[in-house]
Parts: sequence; structure tokens; C-alpha cells
Amino acid sequence: MSGSSKISNKPIIWGLFAGGGTLTAFLTPALVLITLLVAIGVAPNGLSYSEIHGFASHWLGKLILFGVLSLSLWHAAHRFRIAINDFGIRADIPVAVVLYLLAGIGTIMSVVYLWGM
Amino acid sequence: MSERKINLEVLRYDPDKDSEPRFQTYKAVPCQDDWVVLDALNYVKDNTDTTLSYRWSCHMAVCGSCGMMIDGEPTLSCKAFLKDYGDTIRVEPLYHFPIERDLVTVIDDFVEKLTKVKPFLIPKQPKSIEEGEYLQTPKQLKKFKQYTLCINCMLCYSACPQYGLIPDFLGPAALSLAHRYNIDSRDGGCQERMKVTATNIGVWECSFVGACSEVCPGHVDPASSLQQMKIASTVDWYKKRLMPWSKS
Ligand code: FES
Repeated sequence: MSGSSKISNKPIIWGLFAGGGTLTAFLTPALVLITLLVAIGVAPNGLSYSEIHGFASHWLGKLILFGVLSLSLWHAAHRFRIAINDFGIRADIPVAVVLYLLAGIGTIMSVVYLWGM
Repeated sequence: MSERKINLEVLRYDPDKDSEPRFQTYKAVPCQDDWVVLDALNYVKDNTDTTLSYRWSCHMAVCGSCGMMIDGEPTLSCKAFLKDYGDTIRVEPLYHFPIERDLVTVIDDFVEKLTKVKPFLIPKQPKSIEEGEYLQTPKQLKKFKQYTLCINCMLCYSACPQYGLIPDFLGPAALSLAHRYNIDSRDGGCQERMKVTATNIGVWECSFVGACSEVCPGHVDPASSLQQMKIASTVDWYKKRLMPWSKS
């Protein structure tokens, strides 16, 4: 295998993947719960549209949202790449390019939207 | 003690006679109900077919030489109790290794990989004999003890789909052994080992399927050590680029 004796650059992606994984492991269940609560109309205090909008307008809020969104995307992209490999689809490079491209686009879009708020 | 008749479907291969492996069934092998699969094989070898070849030694899950595929699962045959299986048991050599003869596999690849990761203590500061031993607290020992329990049975290589696909992959046992030394308080060889373990054929071929930990008879949990190594390699990668002045 070419380049197999060189130190791998996989840590670039894997770092984002691991960070995103840790984050989503804690946040996703809470987010699902809150979304359901909001959906059935029993949003707890502080989760009204205007207050969330206020949070997302503050620079710290933006930073937190950016971290959550982008890391989750990179986590999902990498997890999906491996899942596809585990399902026996042997097209790692094209799969990786497409998925990371999607994560990259999502990352840029989150910057654009958060910036424009 | 009651007796039970078991059919053993064994994969046979004689490189001098067979062009490819074939199954041979030993019918109605009389087995005691507290026997393991290895006992049944020994019965066949002693009474029916002396040509049947397989490795074993300790008969107590210590030496790691009796690993086989039993009903498709990598298992130590000295730990596989007949009472847990049906009346027909399929026995094959460990997957992912070339067959030497019958249930005996060629393990050169594994042995070579073991040596590659430098599985020995590389002291931080070498000491002379006069300076005494390298001391360690029970807490420091506890940190890596689990990873010393590997018996080199290679069941994890047989279970690992990544090793099956990418034969160059260093694999669970060799990498776990590297980890065992990396986290030993007396050791300073982590950077040295990373030259091999942090490459694409090192920890990064692992996709965390976790089958290695499921089949491991010593509860070493190789999958956990590989994930810890990925974290260490990632931290090291970023550190070398973002803080090139720091010596990790
Ligand atoms: S014979 Fe030693 S481990 Fe089974």
C-alpha cells in the first residue's frame, strides 16, 4: 500500500469526528427532547423563538452554535464513511470526498447564516 | 457421566495431496458431556484418524494455541464446551490466515507484526543495575494490566473484518500490545512506536467494528486500546503542527 509507512494524516478528520461524537453524545438526546417539547407546545421558559433568536445573535451564542453544527456534520460524515465501508461498499475515496464535501458545505453555510444574523 | 454423539465437520487440507481444502465429517464421535471441542478432536485423533492436525498445548485457555473457527466463530477450542453446541459442529482453521495443514494456520504475518510495534519496555531513562529496579505503584500497574493479558491466540485477527480486507493492517493484538507499553509509567517509547502505529496501516485502519473485543478470551478489549491510541495519535499530530517547539 502506498504511503503506508508514513505518519497518517487521518487525525485531521478524526479529531473533528471524535470532537463531534463527544458533543453529539451529550447534546443530541437533549436536543431531541427539547424539539419534541417545543413541537407539542410545552416549550420551557427561555426557549421561545425570540429568546433563542437572541441567543443566536450574541457572538458567544454564534460560536457555540457554529461548534455544534460543524462538529456534528464532520462527525456524521466520517461515521457515514465508515458505515458505508462496513456495509461492503468499497469506494472509500469517492465516498469520502462526497461526504466531506457535504460537511464542508454545511460548515461554510453555518458560518454564512450565523454571520448574517 | 452421560455420553453424547457429536458429528464433527472438520476442514481438512493436506498441501501434498489436496488442491484445495475440503470438509470431512467424523460421524458420531462419542463425547462426554463435560467435554470441550478440543477433547472431541483429541478423541478423533487418538481413535479414528491420526492424520488430523491442529495446535494445542495447555487445555486451559492460557497458551493461546488452540484457536479455531467453531460454527463460524473464532473460539479457543479448549474453552468451547460441547454442551453449548448442537449435535453437528463445524470446525475450521482461523479465518484470514493461510492454512498450513488441516486446522493449523501460518502465523508468520502476525509474529512479524508483533515485533514491528516494539513490544518491550523502552525505559525513559535507562538505569544501570546498581541504580536498582524501575518502581511502579499498584495504580500505575492497574492502568495497563488488562492489556498484558493477551495470549496471542489471534482470535481477534480472525474476527476483524478490516484485517480480512487489508492484510497490511497491524491488527488488534499487536496494536494493543504497543498500547500496553505506551501507557506503562516506566516506558518512554511511545514516539518510537508511533512511527509504525500512527501510520495508515496502524490504528487508522481500524473502523471500530469491535469484533476483536467480543471474541477475546482474555477480556483484553483490544478495541478500547485502539480508540485510546487514535486519541493519542491525534493529539500528537496536532501538537507537532500547532506547537512544533513542544517535545511530546
Ligand atoms: S490449548 Fe492452550 S489455549 Fe487452548
